[in-house]
Amino acid sequence: MAGLRALAAASFLSLAAAALPAAAQTPAAESIQIGLSTDAISITAGFSGADLTIFGSLENPDPLIARQGRYDVIVVLEGPARPVVVRRKDRVLGVWVNLESETFENVPVSYSVATTRPLQDITEPNSYKQLSLGASNLYMQPAEPSDSLATIEEFTSALRSRKAATGLYSENVGGVQFLSQNLFRATVRLAPNIPVGTHKARAFLFKSGMFVKESSAQLEIRKSGFEQSIFRVAHDYSFLYGVFAVSLAMLTGWLGRIVFRKD
Amino acid sequence: MGIYLPIAEISVNVFVLLAMGAAVGFLSGMFGVGGGFLITPLLIFYNIPPAIAVATGANQVIASSFSGALSHFKRGTLDFKLGGVLLAGGIVGSTAGIYVFALLRRLGQLDLFISLLYVALLGTVGGLMLVESVNALRASRSGAAPVLKKSGQHNWIHRLPFKMRFRASKLFVSVIPVLGLGAAIGFLSSIMGVGGGFIMVPALIYLLKVPTNVVIGTSLFQIIFTSAYTTLVHATTNQTVDVILAFLLMAGGVAGAQYGAKAGQRLRGEQLRALLALLVLAVAIRLAIDLFVTPPNRYSLAGLT
Repeated sequence: MAGLRALAAASFLSLAAAALPAAAQTPAAESIQIGLSTDAISITAGFSGADLTIFGSLENPDPLIARQGRYDVIVVLEGPARPVVVRRKDRVLGVWVNLESETFENVPVSYSVATTRPLQDITEPNSYKQLSLGASNLYMQPAEPSDSLATIEEFTSALRSRKAATGLYSENVGGVQFLSQNLFRATVRLAPNIPVGTHKARAFLFKSGMFVKESSAQLEIRKSGFEQSIFRVAHDYSFLYGVFAVSLAMLTGWLGRIVFRKD
Repeated sequence: MGIYLPIAEISVNVFVLLAMGAAVGFLSGMFGVGGGFLITPLLIFYNIPPAIAVATGANQVIASSFSGALSHFKRGTLDFKLGGVLLAGGIVGSTAGIYVFALLRRLGQLDLFISLLYVALLGTVGGLMLVESVNALRASRSGAAPVLKKSGQHNWIHRLPFKMRFRASKLFVSVIPVLGLGAAIGFLSSIMGVGGGFIMVPALIYLLKVPTNVVIGTSLFQIIFTSAYTTLVHATTNQTVDVILAFLLMAGGVAGAQYGAKAGQRLRGEQLRALLALLVLAVAIRLAIDLFVTPPNRYSLAGLT
């Protein structure tokens, strides 16, 4: 059903290096690599959300730590940042009306996380904050910083929970699995309403709860040929598009009368 | 089967949309209305963003009214001159409506305004129709002849200046109320995504005393152009017309309309009007509930426009 055949494969550059006997020399620092087999994904007509698989590798892992399972990986697919208005409904004369609002700049439209273990088991809340990793640690820049802190806090958390409710911000605990000591596979969810644009895939490596290294790759998500053309025409040649929409309606009305005529 | 809508940017089920179009088409064929007042709320219930539902609804209305106007044109029950004057007013009203639409969208009050307009208009029209048709049903059951308003009767509208003769409608009336009515319908068309037939038809009959046989054709004729204009302006200023969505609705709609028209011939006029009134009221009540009941979520997100 997923109209999306995106397969991201690893760049296995690291395997040769890892095969060397690590004990023979001073242990080199661990690092992480992810690779995408494609740098663009097309959303086709049948798209209803999908899982994106990203393969990655660990370079120079310490076999002991790896065996004890103390390496953790968090993979994030972050959508393009856009300004967002959050509105709150309040009751006015019995009717629910949008009253208060708060505008945030540079809010990632989507944010899918896949982890080896629950976030709180991997490292301290503080290091997430420093890395601004995880939907709850993303900094949302208010357009009017003069608003009271409590208001901004309220709207920020509303923004996060709305994003989570629409599936745009998601967390897949256990979505990263080690296939071997070096190789891991991450599955991040793409919501049916995933926005088009340049998405950034980032992988964070933690060793016994300490952040070690980060690696990133870019992914272009776009509408497939037909949907993209319609969208482009609607925006670039909006008048002609409107004329087309009107003519299509008249043609359908006329044809419908001929085909289904009952009088 | 899912399909991705390029402008609404969501995946929807093709069959749900076709069925929605067919059901509304059936009703519109049965009652002789465009069905825009049903399509737009249904799309909103189906999570299509209201701005896109309105613009696409206007686009869909063109198909059903074009199809209907063609048959009236062949039967000669279409007053082009009256339709033309209504249209001139309609263009002005529609332009004003688009401007208000864009303004409300910026302020974040578009959804509320659309809902309020729907509740007020559908509630009023539905209520009046229900009262009128129930009275007619009761009168016909008791055997009394229905009391018709005399078409020769004059009211304040007929004392206004700038009179104009409309031959096909056998009418000699001031252009002011005609232009005004056209403008009001144009305004509603661009804000609510409706053709406005459910207001136009009673207004032409009761206010302007246009003979009933030319009313529907003329109303459909002017609705084609008002909603075509609305579609064009929404497409150019707001880019909110989704052709894929509109086409699915139209395809279901034109098919359903023909069967609806056939079904409608088996029912009596008063029964039809009473059923339509109940339908209109049901939509109004459903929308009113959303206004007054505590929403499941008080917060909403929107992009900057």
